[in-house]
Amino acid sequence: MEQGHTEARWEHFPHGADIGIRGIGRSKNEAFEQAALAMTQVITNAKQVAVREAVAIACQAPDDEILLVDWLNALVYEMATRHMLFSRFNVHVDDHRLDGTAFGEHIDRQRHQPAVEVKAATYTGLSVGLNPDGLWVAQCVVDV
Amino acid sequence: MDLSLLTQHEGCRWEIAPRGNMRVPAVIFASRQLISDMDNKVYDQVTNVAMLPGIVKASYAMPDAHWGYGFPIGGVAAFDPDEGGVVSAGGVGFDISCGVRTLHTGLDLADIEGLKNDLADVLFFRIPAGLGSTGRVHLEHDEMDAMLAGGARWAVSQGYGISEDLLYIEEEGCMPGAVPDAVSDHAKKRQRDEMGTLGSGNHYLEVQRVAEVYDSVASTVFGLHENEIVVSIHCGSRGLGHQIGTEFLKKMAVATREYGIDLPDRELACAPISSPLGQEYLGAMRAGINCALANRQIITHLTREAFASVLPRAGLRVLYDVSHNTCKEEQHVVDGIGRRLFVHRKGATRALGPGNPLIPEALRAAGQPVLIGGSMGTASYIMTGTAQGMTLSFGSACHGAGRAMSRHQANRRWRGRQVIDDLARQGIIIRSLSARGVAEEAPEAYKDVTAVVDAADAAGIARKVVKLVPVACIKG
Repeated sequence: MEQGHTEARWEHFPHGADIGIRGIGRSKNEAFEQAALAMTQVITNAKQVAVREAVAIACQAPDDEILLVDWLNALVYEMATRHMLFSRFNVHVDDHRLDGTAFGEHIDRQRHQPAVEVKAATYTGLSVGLNPDGLWVAQCVVDV
Repeated sequence: MDLSLLTQHEGCRWEIAPRGNMRVPAVIFASRQLISDMDNKVYDQVTNVAMLPGIVKASYAMPDAHWGYGFPIGGVAAFDPDEGGVVSAGGVGFDISCGVRTLHTGLDLADIEGLKNDLADVLFFRIPAGLGSTGRVHLEHDEMDAMLAGGARWAVSQGYGISEDLLYIEEEGCMPGAVPDAVSDHAKKRQRDEMGTLGSGNHYLEVQRVAEVYDSVASTVFGLHENEIVVSIHCGSRGLGHQIGTEFLKKMAVATREYGIDLPDRELACAPISSPLGQEYLGAMRAGINCALANRQIITHLTREAFASVLPRAGLRVLYDVSHNTCKEEQHVVDGIGRRLFVHRKGATRALGPGNPLIPEALRAAGQPVLIGGSMGTASYIMTGTAQGMTLSFGSACHGAGRAMSRHQANRRWRGRQVIDDLARQGIIIRSLSARGVAEEAPEAYKDVTAVVDAADAAGIARKVVKLVPVACIKG
């Protein structure tokens, strides 16, 4: 497999009114981390978000797909109530339970120039799975 | 959309006969051009909604319909609780009671020439817009619950506006049946600092000019004349509504199996209206409606303050306030029989016909004002509900232009600065914190709002009254 295609990465994909986020990684954990980074990229350039504070997040769901939506919505909640943005993530998924940490800083409207606020992660375009190329993909559409 | 899948009827009405698990037909109101350009996902979603238990008559899509979540955006569906009808969190959407409020200013274009930039600056300074902005009203515990129970009525009691404002808001500013206890602590915490904020995305406050009058009788009743300056506010229930939507979508997705409801799409998650979960959602969602009404009331107050500092002789009065993401219990006549139905409008505006007692008395003869938001550079419209619309679409019409292009595409095609400069050359002032946000909301990223309202007019679900063009826009 070519170098570059095996690295964890994120993508956006189009949706009529909103935007799709996709995390790709060598493990489910990495795919969830990259999906979170893709969500930050909807709001701002994650490179501008410094790692100053850590927020612990735990969620549980009946399946991996709802777990992904729960994880992203937990981040939406923490961003909204703490007035923060996140640029680094650490995730451990085990049996539909997620323990994670999000790292970031308080929002600075001038420096971060947030384009939009994410209202919620949705069940549209939602999937979590292992691709034939051996990479995990976690994706959904976010409502902005 | 593939037109061979549809049967065309008179007046911009297209029908999809029931097939598979559809319980009722699906109906799309659109011109040939609009429907040809419509995403195939609208076809999938409008027919999926037709499969839900207890749906009455048909599943509808408005002329601005586009791909949504479970329901299309621009979707309307009514459910009968006595026939196992359901309520769906996805059928209301995450931004509960997002809507438009339009204010008269008592000014004409000539009165604001030379002061437009000052006005835009003061509005941008006073009205919190965009991510990371916070309001000046901070609510905790009992105050939060009082707001959720009282809506705009609560806001007026706190000094934000005058009691006359309430007459021109749906439900007179206070949605009955709200249950603040059904709203989670998380949702309330998310709202703590967000009262009186516009939000982001397609939300805005716009100073507009009446550019054209189509129906002089209705426009006189609405108190509108050519070159009058009005203000339109487009926003919703902020973090509280988003959190209610998020939480109940999950609850309903998990419970759907228990209720034995077979869903073609997870996002259509719903619960029987009569079930404990259905009732809990209705209580929380109505509290969300009150949050949106209170929010627009506070923003009205801030707008008045801004105008007073630049144009002291302005007199801002509410023309009307109407939501386009709701589920409401309403009486409708179906096949000659009066029935109590729960009407979901997701990206669709209530549009009651003339004489309806729910319309403010002073406006009643002309029908309910239907406030249609356009995009930054094009136009908005004020329409009015029709008698026909009551039978054609449960008294519902379109809500805006609807996106023609994804944010992703728009962001690749335009630069925010260039969009702002192009609009400035047309005499339209834009104030926004985010250049990328402006690019994503570029006028060309939207459908032609004029084609949308013309289709609604031709279909008879609403009638054009006036066209509004932007003078200054504060982007969320």
